[in-house]
Amino acid sequence: MNENNIVIETKDLTKRFGHFTAVDHITFNVHEGEIFGFLGANGAGKTTAMKMLCGLSKPTSGSGKVAGYDIGKQSELVKRNIGYMSQKFSLYEDLKVWENIRLFAGIYGMKDKDIAIKTEELLSRLGFESERNTLVKSLPLGWKQKLSFSVSIFHEPKIVFLDEPTGGVDPATRRQFWELIYQAADRGITVFVTTHYMDEAEYCNRVSIMVDGVIEALDSPVNLKKQFGVNGMEDVFYKLARKAKRGE
Amino acid sequence: MKQFLSFIRKEFYHISRDKRTILILLGMPIVQIVIFGFAITTEVKDVRVAVFDPSKDEVTQKIIEKLDANEYMNVVSVIDHPEDVESVFREGKADIAIVFNQHFSENFLHTGDASVQLITDGTDPNTATILTGYVTNILSSVQQEISGQSKASFSITPEVKLLYNPGMKGVYNFVPGVMGLILMLICAMMTSISIVREKETGTMEVLLVSPVKPIYIILAKAIPYLVLSAINLITILLLSVYVLGVPIAGSLTLLFAVSLLFILVSLALGLLISTITKTQVAAMLASGMVLMLPVIFFSGMIYPTENMPVVLQWISNIIPAKWYIICVKKIMIEGLDISFVLKEIGILSVMAITLVVISLKKFNDRLE
Amino acid sequence: MAAIEVEHISKKYGEVEALRDVSFSVNKGEIFGLIGPDGAGKTTLFRILTTLIRANSGSATIAGLDVVKDYKKIRNQVGYMPGRFSLYQDMTIEENLTFFATVFNTTIKENYYLIKDIYQQIEPFKDRRAGKLSGGMKQKLALSCALIHKPVVLFLDEPTTGVDPVSRKEFWEMLKALKVQGITILVSTPYMDEAMLCDRIALIQNGSFLDIETPQEIINDFKETIWSVRSLNMSALLNDLRLCPGIESCFAFGDVHHVTVNESLLTIASLKKQLQEKGHIDIEIQSIKPTIEDCYMQLASK
Repeated sequence: MNENNIVIETKDLTKRFGHFTAVDHITFNVHEGEIFGFLGANGAGKTTAMKMLCGLSKPTSGSGKVAGYDIGKQSELVKRNIGYMSQKFSLYEDLKVWENIRLFAGIYGMKDKDIAIKTEELLSRLGFESERNTLVKSLPLGWKQKLSFSVSIFHEPKIVFLDEPTGGVDPATRRQFWELIYQAADRGITVFVTTHYMDEAEYCNRVSIMVDGVIEALDSPVNLKKQFGVNGMEDVFYKLARKAKRGE
Repeated sequence: MKQFLSFIRKEFYHISRDKRTILILLGMPIVQIVIFGFAITTEVKDVRVAVFDPSKDEVTQKIIEKLDANEYMNVVSVIDHPEDVESVFREGKADIAIVFNQHFSENFLHTGDASVQLITDGTDPNTATILTGYVTNILSSVQQEISGQSKASFSITPEVKLLYNPGMKGVYNFVPGVMGLILMLICAMMTSISIVREKETGTMEVLLVSPVKPIYIILAKAIPYLVLSAINLITILLLSVYVLGVPIAGSLTLLFAVSLLFILVSLALGLLISTITKTQVAAMLASGMVLMLPVIFFSGMIYPTENMPVVLQWISNIIPAKWYIICVKKIMIEGLDISFVLKEIGILSVMAITLVVISLKKFNDRLE
Repeated sequence: MAAIEVEHISKKYGEVEALRDVSFSVNKGEIFGLIGPDGAGKTTLFRILTTLIRANSGSATIAGLDVVKDYKKIRNQVGYMPGRFSLYQDMTIEENLTFFATVFNTTIKENYYLIKDIYQQIEPFKDRRAGKLSGGMKQKLALSCALIHKPVVLFLDEPTTGVDPVSRKEFWEMLKALKVQGITILVSTPYMDEAMLCDRIALIQNGSFLDIETPQEIINDFKETIWSVRSLNMSALLNDLRLCPGIESCFAFGDVHHVTVNESLLTIASLKKQLQEKGHIDIEIQSIKPTIEDCYMQLASK
């Protein structure tokens, strides 16, 4: 992790829908190679904030930079330099494994030759060589998810955004997934992840917790637990989220 | 009963809260009537006629006078040589040419066999048909004037063209067609989409695992669209009578009764589609492609089915809208009473019963 | 008579075996948990028990009624909350609740006492459209609608998936309160920590049940020695532990790693020494009781 290099920065980032302020002046930084956990209760504004960071939604006020590009004015460049994986896995079920890889790599502008070489590398690293021609819908869930993650970082983006990537997955695969995340972080890819599994919050370098549109806490898991005098991230979360007024 | 009413109320909530769809459903008939009524016309005006008359006798003169006097036609050029006929068309100077043979009156009065050649641009068969129709009409009336009681022996094309005769305005053809289209669209497509939406969002699962009898689910979905169709029917009729000037010549009650029958057929079709499709998009495509396009092409709304190849005519017989449109034309435009539409009513009834039975059988109260 | 009785149920979708010879029973007033990841067969089992689909073989009864022969009667008496949020997005909270009450031939008033604690939390928003609710509120609404007719058995298919931990906790507290009313609850979840909150659980993987017991019994059945290990560099620790002889398995568990150990080859003291030699500092090793997740992973790997 390179603390000197900041890959995500926001200043008073805000999003309003009519009278409703979904995201209320959030300010924070994420360093290169960091595994950053972005937590919050449902309705806290997490998804809205993430959409802004990915260049999918324009901020109402405030500013943000992702991978060096302004999220308000250079959203297309932002999109080109990040990876994204959502809970529903974002792969085409009726395409084969290698077809999916090629499709997404092509979308991110990789050249055919590079795609071919890297595909072989990826398939062998995941142990998927024999499955290259399998339709994605026939893969077991855990495999789909690992493949989806690998596809999202195939083009070696600076940052990858993961939206609840391990929802409903069996315990062993969940852990294998996080090992893939560690490997990516070791290679210098910053990982911005949201999750509802509090044990996964422990795997992050730092965690932020959003409540009612505001970041109520941001620190390493160790420090947060000290700060709130509790043993586990779940208790930290519970203490903060319980105060939420937003319809919970 | 309370359960059933609660269901219907729910369906009305869904419809009324989907502002865009309701705009289309209620606005579309109005738009269609206006467009078809005013903007599109199959009448052809300002026809330019070229004449080649080597005979130059009484009869031909009379014919030419009558042609010129007609409000739709003007005699614009007189051709001296038969070879010039083609160049007149190539230069775009005429829409139809009439070529009389020599000694026309003589042949007409004595041998009863005077022939006239009508030449027109065949690349647009519809217009060509209409043009020849106009002229044939004129020829026929001249012939009757002159010959009095003697039988006509013109070897010119028969009456079928008169159906598109300018005496009958184009819009009369479209109002029944629009009625068939709108009712089919609302009932079949919207009902099927509504049922499939519940399957897609998963609320159907919850409904099935409840005391609700599946038949109530279906009825509750059909009823709001029945009401909407009735509203649209009234709108269309009002517009036709007061805006387009198309009168309702026959019994209004009979018209409504037949429309109700057709609505039933469409609802049953919608139900059938909902049992075989899994997503709303599929339901929409099925209703659109499978129902609407055939209705437009095969019901006789735009093109006469009698001119189609036999195979396609056969296909047009299974389109319920075709029979409905015939019914409407007979009742509304020709003012005929029920005895003349028994065949169509019979066919629609059989279709209704068959479709309802098949759909109910196919409606699955389990998920697979 | 058991509230739910399942005997040798199997279900295939084409080539895929969704359920393989599943048998179990649930007693009246019990909270029974089906614990397992997506694709394990939970939803298929639910659909069979709520009479939405039919099994290929085997039989099941709900409150003594057969799921095939008496399906209509069963549908009158059970409450069902399917996996996705399955209420009407364009109707308000109140409209949804009124609708479902009427569908079940009852009124909100009649059984209000059952849903009071749950509904009161969302009542201030009763004119809001269901589609505009947050995840936790949607859950509460769905639960209210499933309960409003006082069902004999309540089927909840993954009611807490995708919901934050606080809302999850609240939801389970609501379920506990329902037990008091004598309602039998069959609930499925992929979250292993929720297993502890059930009376009995069944661990499912790939269509088969790995074990069916009370959570405590499952933990007691875990025969391996299990320790938690922590050091300053957790990532390196994971790799190093896996290389140590005597370590049979090693998995990350939040802020510690769980290792199962062959005690004849390794003691806590010797492990600590090995790790120190590899350069680890701040090492903490403790003997612990296994969690349901440990049990699941071990049973699943067999």
